[in-house]
Amino acid sequence: MIEVRDLHKAFGKVKAVDGVSFTARDGEITGLLGPNGAGKTTTLRMLYTLMKPDRGQVVVDGVDAAEDALAVRRQLGVLPDARGLYKRLTARENIDYFARLHGLPEDVLARRREALVHALEMEDIADRRTEGFSQGQRVKTAIARALIHDPRNVILDEPTNGLDVMATRALRQFMQKLKAEGRCVLFSSHIMQEVAALCDRIVVIANGRVVADESPAALREQTGESNLEDAFVKIIGSEEGLAA
Amino acid sequence: MSAVTTPIMRTRAFLTVFLKEVKENLRDRRTLTSAFLTGPLLGPIMLVMLLNITLNREFDKAEKPLPVPVIGADYAPNLIGALKANGIVPTAPIANPEVAVRKQDADVVLRIAPDYASAWRKGEPVQVELIYDSSQRDANTAVERVSQLVESYARQQGAMRLVARGLSPGTAWPVAAARRDQATAQARGALMFSILPYFFVLTIFMGGMYLAIDLTAGERERQSLEPLFANPVPRWKILAGKLAAICTFSAASLLISLAAFGVVGRFIPTEKLGMELDLGLHFSSHVLLLMVPLIVLLAALQSMVAAFAKSYREAQTYLSLLMFVPVIPSILLSTMPIKSQDWMYAVPLLGQHLGIMQLLRGDGIGTQQLGLCLAGSLVAAALGVLVTAHLYQSERLAISG
Repeated sequence: MIEVRDLHKAFGKVKAVDGVSFTARDGEITGLLGPNGAGKTTTLRMLYTLMKPDRGQVVVDGVDAAEDALAVRRQLGVLPDARGLYKRLTARENIDYFARLHGLPEDVLARRREALVHALEMEDIADRRTEGFSQGQRVKTAIARALIHDPRNVILDEPTNGLDVMATRALRQFMQKLKAEGRCVLFSSHIMQEVAALCDRIVVIANGRVVADESPAALREQTGESNLEDAFVKIIGSEEGLAA
Repeated sequence: MSAVTTPIMRTRAFLTVFLKEVKENLRDRRTLTSAFLTGPLLGPIMLVMLLNITLNREFDKAEKPLPVPVIGADYAPNLIGALKANGIVPTAPIANPEVAVRKQDADVVLRIAPDYASAWRKGEPVQVELIYDSSQRDANTAVERVSQLVESYARQQGAMRLVARGLSPGTAWPVAAARRDQATAQARGALMFSILPYFFVLTIFMGGMYLAIDLTAGERERQSLEPLFANPVPRWKILAGKLAAICTFSAASLLISLAAFGVVGRFIPTEKLGMELDLGLHFSSHVLLLMVPLIVLLAALQSMVAAFAKSYREAQTYLSLLMFVPVIPSILLSTMPIKSQDWMYAVPLLGQHLGIMQLLRGDGIGTQQLGLCLAGSLVAAALGVLVTAHLYQSERLAISG
């Protein structure tokens, strides 16, 4: 479970995140929806302790990120906005590197890696060097290395960015599987269809603030719009930066 | 689960980063070429080529017949005869000697005035002109040779005149300077090889350069630094593993270079110059010892500079500028005749330069000087690592773009 309380982060005079609070529960998919530049990536970066919040608190499975950042990182599987791979290493070697940084024993490492390679259907590319990988192959590898330590909580920053229809479908199914395994899945997106199709809970962010935190059904009810798209536009107050 | 893996992780993170960086960079042809081929072999090859050119030129000039255009050769047949006897070949006079030497058509032109013969008969001093351009270094040996021959001819003739007048030739030269050069054969060699320390520093630099760029700026450009930092490993451990990889590559580079110098040292015709040059095991082991702290210092400096850069290219530019810093002590010492003092050994780079020169001179390096050199550079290396580690804590470091 990921709990975020009143996060603030400013870069100079720009308030990127200005009081964000929400909770992402185990066995649920929580979507962080907002237009480009709303503060989603900055919020997530504070969750996986890459950045320190100016104010506010991040608690993952009861551990305060400010007190024990390493313990929090151990509970998290992260697919950041930057998903660079090591191009002179094969996909398997990329995954192994992160597994060893997590301190997995070699036998556990091999078992988990092969399970992920199978689950993500990447057997055919696993022993190829990642240079020249397609966007979809790259995301698969990045997800595999993010989940190699079997984390309870999974954070995905715009996971379907740049993927084609088939890859997007596969990824959505994979996220459903993670949810079914009882994990806490938190992902950000600026695509409404995606959020609507996947999420148990939607946190809408605009201008660094949470403007709604509901289930999709409740969101529709609250705005009085039967169409989710219209509901979003009404909440955010503008159509700018959103994609259908 | 995480409680079980924690203790294992603590011992492996450093090694994991180190091994991965080494493996990845061994697969990169550019890094390999720079670290194991051009970097370490450039110095020895350049040294051999330079030396051979210099040596051959000097010896050629000293032994070979030297053609010299002579204007007015007919006025002084005896002088010309003496010059001929010593390997000078008088050639046809040329119209404009001043322009000829400047255009390097001739190294030196000898001009004998028409009144030479009449003045000679009257016993008056006569003048022969040597026309040359001292800014053409190539010509200096030729000028020196002709000028010495003319002077010794003059002395010889003078002595004969004195004898003819019943005087001892010694009366004309009451004082003679006798030169007693105390330079050992090795020390003479050292003067010529004062560029060597820089080659070693350069080798270390080139060996680690591409790694240093790749490990910070390159990783950020490829956007792999952010996911790396999301792992439950303190950043200083990641940095330590990366620094160790840089050090390994630059140390390997230095070893190859030392081995190459050892081989090349046997083929340098130093005995021709009356020099001695020992680049054997004693020399290389001491150089290695002197350089160990410098390897760490340079790795830290390179990573630090590369961490400031936004892209791979920018880092490359910064680092090629940084490459000129180690040349400063070498230039300073070769242009300014500074007497080395003990405190200088404690200055990084300068200490290594002095130490290597000391080894080349065959004097050996004292324990105190060695200690100062190692201590000074180690302190600097530790500082460099600390500053880089501090830089690594910055939030901005990981953010790409």
